[in-house]
Amino acid sequence: MTEFSSKAPEPTTPDEERSPNQGNIAAPINKQPTKKRLRLRPSTFWSVRRGIPTWLKIVMPIIGIGIPLIIWSILSYGGFVKDIFLPAPTRVISTGIELFTEDELIKDIFASASRVLGGFALAGLVSIPIGLLMGTFESIASLLNPFVSAVRYMPVAAFVPLIVIWAGIDETAKYLIVFLGIVLYNIAMIVDAVRAIPDELLNAAYTLGSNRFVLLSKVIFPAALPSIMNTMRVNIAGAWNFLILAELIAAEQGLGFRIIRSQRYLQTDRVLFCILIIGIIGLLTDFLLKQLGMFLTPWYEQGER
Amino acid sequence: MAKTLPLTTNSGDSPQAVEHPKLSVHGLSKSFVYQGNPLTVLDDVDIELKANEFICLVGASGCGKSTLLKIIAGLMSPTTGEVRVEGEAVEGPGSDRGMVFQSYSLFPWLTVAKNVEFGLKLQGFSKAERRERIAYYLDVVGLSRFANALPKQLSGGMKQRAAIARALANEPEVMLMDEPFGALDAQTKEQLQQFMQEVWERTHMTILMVTHDVEEAIFLSHRVYIMDAHPGRIRENLHIPLPEHRELDIKIMPQFLELKRYITNQLGH
Ligand SMILES: Nc1ncnc2c1ncn2[C@@H]1O[C@H](COP(=O)(O)OP(=O)(O)OP(=O)(O)O)[C@@H](O)[C@H]1O
Ligand SMILES: [Mg+2]
Repeated sequence: MTEFSSKAPEPTTPDEERSPNQGNIAAPINKQPTKKRLRLRPSTFWSVRRGIPTWLKIVMPIIGIGIPLIIWSILSYGGFVKDIFLPAPTRVISTGIELFTEDELIKDIFASASRVLGGFALAGLVSIPIGLLMGTFESIASLLNPFVSAVRYMPVAAFVPLIVIWAGIDETAKYLIVFLGIVLYNIAMIVDAVRAIPDELLNAAYTLGSNRFVLLSKVIFPAALPSIMNTMRVNIAGAWNFLILAELIAAEQGLGFRIIRSQRYLQTDRVLFCILIIGIIGLLTDFLLKQLGMFLTPWYEQGER
Repeated sequence: MAKTLPLTTNSGDSPQAVEHPKLSVHGLSKSFVYQGNPLTVLDDVDIELKANEFICLVGASGCGKSTLLKIIAGLMSPTTGEVRVEGEAVEGPGSDRGMVFQSYSLFPWLTVAKNVEFGLKLQGFSKAERRERIAYYLDVVGLSRFANALPKQLSGGMKQRAAIARALANEPEVMLMDEPFGALDAQTKEQLQQFMQEVWERTHMTILMVTHDVEEAIFLSHRVYIMDAHPGRIRENLHIPLPEHRELDIKIMPQFLELKRYITNQLGH
């Protein structure tokens, strides 16, 4: 969101709305003079939904990342924690370089990322139409709700043995675990998004001559699209969770596999670096999905996505 | 049906057909269930609109005006009674009854022109015809310059004019308007009242407009339906004996003020 221009009129402060009616001649109910007027002073730091200046936008993340980094450095360089539990930042970086140059970490990254994207894309393909239909038609919602809500509360981890029996331990099983992990959350969130579409939009479409198919494809889908994109952004994080779960069970490749193997040899630095990589990939996908969202729904006005 | 730009003509499709009212509502009632008890909101409502009439419906808040309009639009079904468009009973919504809502109902993902085009595409107009109509109706509402703007870039009054253009472009048999200027400030409201008067003079659209602004009702309409509340009934069908063309200063003429006093009294009853 752009910052409020300085020319914009000052927003009414809450106390202005409390002031008594101008034309009201009647005596105040309470004869006692009001002791204290409630006035809100403007603030840069604590401004609510009003944007912050650029310098603060730069400084705050640096502090946010810097403080944990400093604590980490003190703990490790200062020798407060053993190297085997918490290796120093520089150690983790040098191990990381080693992993890339000598251990072909890029292959694992690629394996994991494609599993996440595959399962995630599949979940999207399934959940978007089902969510739209359930949100739109009460009948479809009644049909699928018992299944969707019940299964949503069953932990995917509990299904993993079953999935291994059904799909073996090859790639299919990993895609399936990621898919199952997020598809129901996707559906539930998309259903909510559809239900939040204001009636007026649907009514306008009806009175312009829409049939139900047009309503679904030309009104409900675009109206829900910003929320769908947000849902995707939230749930891709979940996809990584389930991927690591899948790779812990059975895999010869992937970041989860790396983590588990490094743990066996107490290579804490490697574990940390792999986690770091997952975080960075997460940030990257989040950024890309955000860009995609802005590209697909430029009309959508919401301060910060 | 022939896709022409009638604009001013009220084409009698078949010459031998009997003259039906554009819109008629017979014996219409609506009850809701409220806290386990039936609540009658509309009771035996009869309404008739002839072609090219501009009719306003006034009534106290909560008397069922919006409910009535939604039923006419087919967005809600009546408990009893029926709605006819040109003599034909209708159930469910259709492009023959266009509607403008109190709150802004433009599709936020479409530009103003694309919003207007929405209904035209559904009706199967060719690209050239669509472009022609969009240009014409955006001109009618004075938004030609904003054809490519998104709704979020428009002011409240402009949004409402765009919504009116969208409904007009479909050239429905009847235009239903539910307090279209209710959310606007007094000045913009007066501008849009004058604007609606001009729109009617240019298009001779058959319009049923709900308002609780008595002045607005008298200024715009040829007849006013006055409603009673609890249950909602038509109390009176009042002819407005003012010249067809009106300027805003008519609002201070004695005849106007007398009508206003009369209707206000009826409502306050
Ligand atoms: N879905 C509903 N369920 C139950 N009661 C309803 C429903 N919709 C409307 N009502 C009731 O019907 C009555 C009429 O509502 P309606 O919205 O038609 O009033 P209105 O004349 O348009 O009022 P206003 O001028 O304030 O817009 C109200 O008393 C309301 O409580
Ligand atoms: Mg209403």
